[in-house]
Amino acid sequence: MRVVADIIKGAYSLIVGMGVTIRAFFSPVVTCQYPRETINISPRFRSHTKLVGDPENPDRTKCIVCGMCERNCPSNSIKKIEGEKKEGEKKKTATSYILDFTTCSQCGICVESCPVDALAFSSDYNPVGFRREDFHYDLVKEYEKRKKTA
Amino acid sequence: MCDTIINIVNIVGKEVVRTVVGLIGVFIVVIGNAIMLTWAERKVAGHMQRRIGPKEVGPFGLIQSFADSVKLLGKELLTPANVERPLYFLAPTLIFVPVLVTFVVIPFDGFLQVKDINVGILVILAFSSLTVLSILIAGWGSNNKYSLIGAVRSVAQNIAYEIPLLLSLLPIIFMANSFSLRDVVEAQKGLWFVFYQPVAFLIFFVASVAETNRTPFDLPEAESELVAGFHTEYSGMRFSLFFLAEYTNMFIVSAIAVTFFLGGYQGPILPGVVWFFMKTYVLVFVLLWFRWTFPRVRFDQLLNFSWKILIPVSFLNLLVTGGILKL
Repeated sequence: MRVVADIIKGAYSLIVGMGVTIRAFFSPVVTCQYPRETINISPRFRSHTKLVGDPENPDRTKCIVCGMCERNCPSNSIKKIEGEKKEGEKKKTATSYILDFTTCSQCGICVESCPVDALAFSSDYNPVGFRREDFHYDLVKEYEKRKKTA
Repeated sequence: MCDTIINIVNIVGKEVVRTVVGLIGVFIVVIGNAIMLTWAERKVAGHMQRRIGPKEVGPFGLIQSFADSVKLLGKELLTPANVERPLYFLAPTLIFVPVLVTFVVIPFDGFLQVKDINVGILVILAFSSLTVLSILIAGWGSNNKYSLIGAVRSVAQNIAYEIPLLLSLLPIIFMANSFSLRDVVEAQKGLWFVFYQPVAFLIFFVASVAETNRTPFDLPEAESELVAGFHTEYSGMRFSLFFLAEYTNMFIVSAIAVTFFLGGYQGPILPGVVWFFMKTYVLVFVLLWFRWTFPRVRFDQLLNFSWKILIPVSFLNLLVTGGILKL
């Protein structure tokens, strides 16, 4: 008797399984056809860092060239932070900020340690390049490029 | 033009011309079916996993299988060292012979049949058991432990499942009073045999899934355990012959199921050949559906299921059918 009950139960479970797959067969696909379409990047996504613009003066970034990020970077990925003091301004303005993205692990210590919140994560999720130097970003130049396209 | 054709037919004989034309037609069906099914399998697999499947090559990825077959044709034929050379070369060819022969007796329509042999179903069953021989040869000749294990499993499995396969067809042969496939179809003019013999249909379908070595009975080629089973060492065109044979076998078992249980080419309005292919491809879809639903059975479960459940039940079914027919 138990054998028969087992067979009936087993057969029922097979039908249930087939129901699951046929429902999946007729429901819409959930994948994103990547090169043809892209999904929205979540705001918490961590790509390389970017410099945030100064809301009072869009010509400059918020960066005051204090060098905290450079000192705190565990993998020494931030190099050559330079700046100058422009006429009529209290703080320095960054002219060069090199981020070596090849050694950066997106830990975010630079973002957290920045005293003026001048750093943020960008959402550039697919950087490509043929040479190592392609990933040595100058964030000041990137900021200016962004400003121009915006 | 027409006269010359008639003259040629008269010279070589009608039977020869019919066979040659039929075989060419069979070849076209076999190749077209395999190409379409490889595409359909990937598409069905995709949608059952809520993906799209092939879509880049041609509209809906329809030309994908052509691209794949061109790639397989262009590949170098690698022969691994230490293989049993004659057997290794023979196996892919041998697996294709029964596939072609079984097509000869399948009635696609009232008159669309290469040859109506009066023991048609015996021809099909006898030749389809040759498949297991070529799998064994391939496994043995490859000089590879995975191939050999796959081949040995395949033999045990095919022997176990050929018995319920035959036993589930016997009641139909009782009822139709003939071994000829066309007579069986003609006997279903009123009601399809699946309504008289639902148990036999179920047993036949399960056994035929096992015979074609498809999931959930794909132990001979179990990817996760045996790399690729008996065709591990095959590549290029030789591999694609195994592939072709598998997809053609799927078509054949579905065609036999349609012929024996679902009324073959019979149906209203549409021409018979359309009905035949429609019914067959519905069953092929069910096979694909099985593959993407069920996990692989264990080997002891596989043999227990056949010897302890399918064979006794099909014997019982045979007995009951015989008794009822006698009354």
